Amino acid sequence: MNIELILFGAFALLTLLSAGMVIFARSPINSAMALVSTFFFLAGIYVLLWAHTVAVMQVLVYAGAIMVLFLFVIMLLNLGESPTRGRPTLARLAGGAATVGLLAVLSIAILKLPEGVADLGAGTKEQMAFGTMATMGWEIFTKWLFPFEAVSLLLLVAMVGSVVVAKSRI
Amino acid sequence: MVPITYYLLLAAALFCMGMFGVLVRRNALVVFMCVELMLNAANLTFLAFARMHGDNTGHVSAFFVIAVAAAEAAIGLAIVIAVFRSRGSVLVEDIRTMKH
Repeated sequence: MNIELILFGAFALLTLLSAGMVIFARSPINSAMALVSTFFFLAGIYVLLWAHTVAVMQVLVYAGAIMVLFLFVIMLLNLGESPTRGRPTLARLAGGAATVGLLAVLSIAILKLPEGVADLGAGTKEQMAFGTMATMGWEIFTKWLFPFEAVSLLLLVAMVGSVVVAKSRI
Repeated sequence: MVPITYYLLLAAALFCMGMFGVLVRRNALVVFMCVELMLNAANLTFLAFARMHGDNTGHVSAFFVIAVAAAEAAIGLAIVIAVFRSRGSVLVEDIRTMKH
């Protein structure tokens, strides 16, 4: 039992617990708070995968910016708790059954991976550098420059579009 | 050393929890949060495979997924505000104008 496995187990358990709280919390504020902690624990798992840059972006962009947007909207709309606990209708039971079925199929497919694919690799010294800010910046600004610019355009369009949609009268 | 199977199983569980929330919850904001959970599960899969192959492409994909998720959150919440202004509700059952 090495330390990496213990850390992974702890982070995975806490991630799943907070994700469950996101789904089953009564008020949207509690859901949002549970989602913030889910993002933090997932960032820990990303560090275990040597994805340091993505872990930092997870905390900055997801837990910082996107969740502030969610909390702002929840407080702007002044939503209270949901009035009634939803009864188990036919559509909900079908949704639960579909979820359990998908999870079963995915688990069986993952557990049946061949031996060579399921191996994570030893992790050499060169590989340890692959998630750093320098290598990711090099990759993005050489090979992925056009998609990067397209994403910046997409963010601009989303910004203008959200103002147009949310404003009552321009 | 953690096997990649564990990471993939965690991502599958997270995706299914997000899907369950999207199918079952009535509040549109919570539905959006569950969509974020599903996007994070996809990110986790990308990063696990990037770690397995030792290259940067999975990291770049995760970066783009985060950027698109930010755009999606901005547009989705703007739509929620607009719907709340005209209907006075954010429950997805109350919004059935286009349900035909």
